[in-house]
Amino acid sequence: MTTTTVASFEIKYHQYLDPQGKPTQELPAFAKDMDKMRQLYRDMALLRAFDAKAYALQRTGKMGTYPASLGQEAIGIGYGDAMTAEDVLIPYYRSTGAMLKHGITMEEILLYWGGDESGSNYSVAKEDFPICVPIANQIIHASGVAKAIQMRGQKRAVATEIGEGGTSEGDFYEGINVAGIWNLGVVFMVNNNQWAISVPTEIQTACETYAQKAIAAGIEGVQVDGNDIIAVKQVAEYAFEKARNGGGPTLIEAITYRLCDHTTADDASRYDDPKVKEEAWKNEPMVRLRKYLEANKAWSDKDEEAMKAEIAKEVDAAVKAYEEAPKPGPELMFDHLYAELPELTKPQREAAIKLAEKARGAK
Amino acid sequence: MAAITLIEAVNAAMAYELEHDKDVVLFGEDVGKNGGVFRATDGLQKKYGTDRVIDSPLAESMIAGLAVGMAAQGMKPIAEMQFMGFIFPAVDQIFCHAARMRHRTRGRLTLPMVIRAPYGGGIHAPEHHSESTEALFAHIPGLKVVIPSNPSRAYGLMLAAIRDPDPVIFLEPKRVYRIVKHEVEDNGEEYPLEACFVDREGSDITLISWGAMMHETLQAAEKLAAEGIDAEVIDVATISPIDMDTILESVQKTGRVCIVQEAPKSGSIGSEIAAEIAEKAILSLLAPIGRVSGYDTVMPYYRLEKQYMPTVDRILDEARKIMEYK
Repeated sequence: MTTTTVASFEIKYHQYLDPQGKPTQELPAFAKDMDKMRQLYRDMALLRAFDAKAYALQRTGKMGTYPASLGQEAIGIGYGDAMTAEDVLIPYYRSTGAMLKHGITMEEILLYWGGDESGSNYSVAKEDFPICVPIANQIIHASGVAKAIQMRGQKRAVATEIGEGGTSEGDFYEGINVAGIWNLGVVFMVNNNQWAISVPTEIQTACETYAQKAIAAGIEGVQVDGNDIIAVKQVAEYAFEKARNGGGPTLIEAITYRLCDHTTADDASRYDDPKVKEEAWKNEPMVRLRKYLEANKAWSDKDEEAMKAEIAKEVDAAVKAYEEAPKPGPELMFDHLYAELPELTKPQREAAIKLAEKARGAK
Repeated sequence: MAAITLIEAVNAAMAYELEHDKDVVLFGEDVGKNGGVFRATDGLQKKYGTDRVIDSPLAESMIAGLAVGMAAQGMKPIAEMQFMGFIFPAVDQIFCHAARMRHRTRGRLTLPMVIRAPYGGGIHAPEHHSESTEALFAHIPGLKVVIPSNPSRAYGLMLAAIRDPDPVIFLEPKRVYRIVKHEVEDNGEEYPLEACFVDREGSDITLISWGAMMHETLQAAEKLAAEGIDAEVIDVATISPIDMDTILESVQKTGRVCIVQEAPKSGSIGSEIAAEIAEKAILSLLAPIGRVSGYDTVMPYYRLEKQYMPTVDRILDEARKIMEYK
């Protein structure tokens, strides 16, 4: 039988720094700007310190369930750094790095995971979405936001992020599919940290890469070393520029390893192989960048110490603000349900407030 | 002024808002060139262009999720689900995001969006095309659920739904899409949401219904009148949040209630109305509350659908029983 090939694809992998922090090819201009690279190193250090503090708050009963980004810092910080204030972020629960970069404060993030929706009433990034908890719904939201931006002729990009496990959901495909058809300006980040809670990547897909899922939507899919912040930022900048200028969507698979539990409610030692994890620690993004900075005489132990002290102060100040934030009253269950509370629900609001007052009086 | 059907009224209201509000955008499967499988969007793409009346890919969750994203940017999307039986993939987006966004962001992001869906039985449709699952949506706080029963109400309520700052599920009783015509002036005047309509005043019994069943209910009221029973008929129209004040006022006047719905009986809007009446007006009741509904069964394929659906006779039987109670 004679056939012709009607379509074929290839997926490009991007890496600039190897795990020893050595360039694997000619670096982009920003990577030679040591102030910039020190800033990215500090951003990752802040995220790591913030995560550690959030974990401690949860362990001491001062905050609820929290998903950390340990080992995956280069992804959120990398693409977050490629965003402008005018771009829109549609985060999922492990987008802390990008959220911080886009102006969402540590206090707001703590307030959110501390069980108060007020944390999603962002003071700066007013158009960014609250964290998407159900898996993959955010992919479609990003396309919807991008459609509105496109209809209004604005030059703004939309970023969203998902775990590799989330790409098994229908909403993931529905969202990237329509972005392809309508040529929407979205950057779809896939954090491939090898784990969907306890389910490893080989149980999630028969594809060689997650990036190639983009091919089925007719959009560009690329793979980056997600532990190499230079690669993440470089590829993200390309994708954001393309998105802002009518070039359409890009799917970026960033390969990393989840060095933490899925969340504070998880215990990865039940399923993760300690030897594999030990190897993964050798690949993590901060060591790599530090080695690069040191090789360029742009970092010292003294710098490290000073940075850590500064960061600890910032994180502590955010925790203090979180702990001192006013506790939500029961009226907040009702006051933002609709523009106007229905007549039928008004007595419930009054009853809830009275009960709370009574409870306060009894103390 | 022209005499138009319910579906023409839906079309006219959407056209009015497309004309007067540049943020209104309409999309769904087959809504563009084809004008919708029922023709609800007939002619709109031709008039308002492919940018604003958009044929979307075939994926219901995507349709609802796009509406969430677009509305969060201040657009006013009207998204069509081709049949309510296919709305379930979109439930995730509607329940988890559309209904909650205002609350989740303390009012920072709001979603002025409408999801339209033809629903209900009686047109000999394929399987999954005839169910009445309105109660599922009415159960979710943060949504409004609106069901017009006639052309003028479809026009006024659709305008209100599009202009409402919160998500509205607009369910269109397709059996009565073309059953009657009303003189409807295309003047952009909306009807209030969260308001029942008293379609017939009476003093002996309150008949409560919504959607297509309003037609059987009004016919039953006329027959009861011939028997000397003066029925008041209420069209609930917005089934969530319900205007209970109008219903309670009527019940306090008549003391007798019959609720008529096409949906299965248990856990339904009828159940909720009966419970509210029991809580707030039980001492006004002269007889137990009666209910005429679909059965607690799977909506049957069309050979049995007539036996499933409430009829004028079933309403009459129940109303007479309620009137005879001493």
